[in-house]
Amino acid sequence: MMEFILAKYNYWIYVIIMMIGFYAVIAKSNLIKKIIGLSVFQTSVFLLFISIGKVDGGTVPIYQGTEAVYINPLPHVLILTAIVVGVSVTAVAFALVVNIYREYGTIEENAILEMIKHDD
Amino acid sequence: MTEHLPVLVIIIPLVLALIAPVAGRLNRIYSWAIALLATLFSFVGSVLLLHQVMYSGTISYWMGGWEPPWGIEYVIDYFSGFVLVIVSFLAVAVTIFARKSVADEIDEKKIPAFYGVYLLFIVGLMGMIVTGDIFNLYVFLEISSLTGYALVAMGKRRKAPLAGFRYLVIGTVGATFILLGIGYLYIATGTLNMADLGARLPGLFNSKLVITAFAFFAIGFSIKIALFPLHTWLPDAYTYAPSAVSALMASTGTKVGAYSFIRIIFTVFGVQVFLNQWVSVPYFFLIIASVAMLVGSILAIAQTNIKKMLAYSSVSQIGYIILGVALMNPIGLQGGLLHIFNHALMKCALFMSVGCIAYKTGITNIADLKGLGFKKPYSMVAFTAGALSMIGIPLTVGFVSKWYLAMGSLENGMWYLIPVIVISSVLMLVYFWRVIDNIFFKAGDAVKMPATPASMLIPTVVVAALCLVFGTLAFIPVNITGKAVLLLFG
Repeated sequence: MMEFILAKYNYWIYVIIMMIGFYAVIAKSNLIKKIIGLSVFQTSVFLLFISIGKVDGGTVPIYQGTEAVYINPLPHVLILTAIVVGVSVTAVAFALVVNIYREYGTIEENAILEMIKHDD
Repeated sequence: MTEHLPVLVIIIPLVLALIAPVAGRLNRIYSWAIALLATLFSFVGSVLLLHQVMYSGTISYWMGGWEPPWGIEYVIDYFSGFVLVIVSFLAVAVTIFARKSVADEIDEKKIPAFYGVYLLFIVGLMGMIVTGDIFNLYVFLEISSLTGYALVAMGKRRKAPLAGFRYLVIGTVGATFILLGIGYLYIATGTLNMADLGARLPGLFNSKLVITAFAFFAIGFSIKIALFPLHTWLPDAYTYAPSAVSALMASTGTKVGAYSFIRIIFTVFGVQVFLNQWVSVPYFFLIIASVAMLVGSILAIAQTNIKKMLAYSSVSQIGYIILGVALMNPIGLQGGLLHIFNHALMKCALFMSVGCIAYKTGITNIADLKGLGFKKPYSMVAFTAGALSMIGIPLTVGFVSKWYLAMGSLENGMWYLIPVIVISSVLMLVYFWRVIDNIFFKAGDAVKMPATPASMLIPTVVVAALCLVFGTLAFIPVNITGKAVLLLFG
């Protein structure tokens, strides 16, 4: 059992981090904490992608005249794009929270919902 | 020039999206003009591409000359060409509509930025349609989603930023699931090209990795297309967004999501696995789609805000599209594809006519529509045309797709789906009748309504008229979707 967990520990970490982030997104009422949760959630996926590119005994994929075992750089490149996406998501989310704060004077979702209960 | 057209329809609006906010600093009309120019270019380009597909078959464009599956491939076939033409046409219509509507509803200072974001949204959607690479799909999906959140939050109502934020949270979770699905497929096959995946996946369908990948795609796209019960972001987003944004998002946003989902199901996974191995998946989606069709309509009846009513109506319409897909037979799928086309036209007409009423008055309550039929005859007739199509009266577009969906259900021996379609349509009659009754048969106050500018009225009436034109000349979309279905069933 222990061996099974240890052999694939990177995947376990990815799942655990993901669930921590997901919990924050669902359970936290503070909008900033929700964004933090969302970032953690996305980061766990980056970790998965980065770890699948690993090849045992592999080296940096730069051709140096001799044949060698290289790690797979493609997932890493994909994740560079996904990181940019993640940063943009966070930026847009913060911008929206600033707008929400200006409108309602609070960033607690419960308090906002209480305020707008009687709006249509 | 023409051989680069598949990428130019994306690149030109992308570049112009960056120029629009800068040009808007000189004079804010420039940013609108640039948006119109970009969408017009894309529309003409899309029509040329579809024309080219009709005469010489599928176009495969290699990004940077790299041969797929190594390079990114753009694929224009009957399916993507068709959806591309719809989306770019509606983008032109909404852009013309947007000039006055946006000037009325959005802060003058924000208008240049608005058109930049607006164009990026369209670029994202068009990119999702033409790409043949699954990771590229994710990137374009995120471009359209991120700009979508911002566009929703630009509404002038107090709840708009909150609606945008909630859409962002749910949407990002959905997009991350799609990214995970892509990762799992990459682990299983080592490729990201959709056609290549389609060739490599058969034989791997017993692998838990591939099954999980499909589950991630299913949930991710269900969020993106607002399939019941993951639709919770949609009503608020459509209600509080500016009128032009509601019209564009409701008509194209979820449709393109549905398009990508169909691509994933039919091109990547292939129809055989759903017919032979994963037979419970279509049944699951049939149930969900039926519930969506009914619940969406019932919730729409309960609304007093007309934009929210139309938004819930969208939830039920998504049910129709997914019903067609989940039938997994050519006629049903054709019904689903026709419904993508039809619903895009109908919802665009409906939201634009609602936008015409809201212009300068801000009216969105159904009760305030009393007597408007004589004060705003053109936009109200357009609304009625859209509503009749939605219900599915013969000679309107709605009838054609519902007919195909019913035929598709019979083909599978699922006669019990026909009452679901009929009941859902009757419920639509109920909620649209309530509005039409108010508009034409109830006397309103003698308050004078501000005149609707022609630049808002003309696109509204044209799109509404197309609901009737394509309902009568139904053979045009039917022919094209027929060829698309042949392609997807390979």
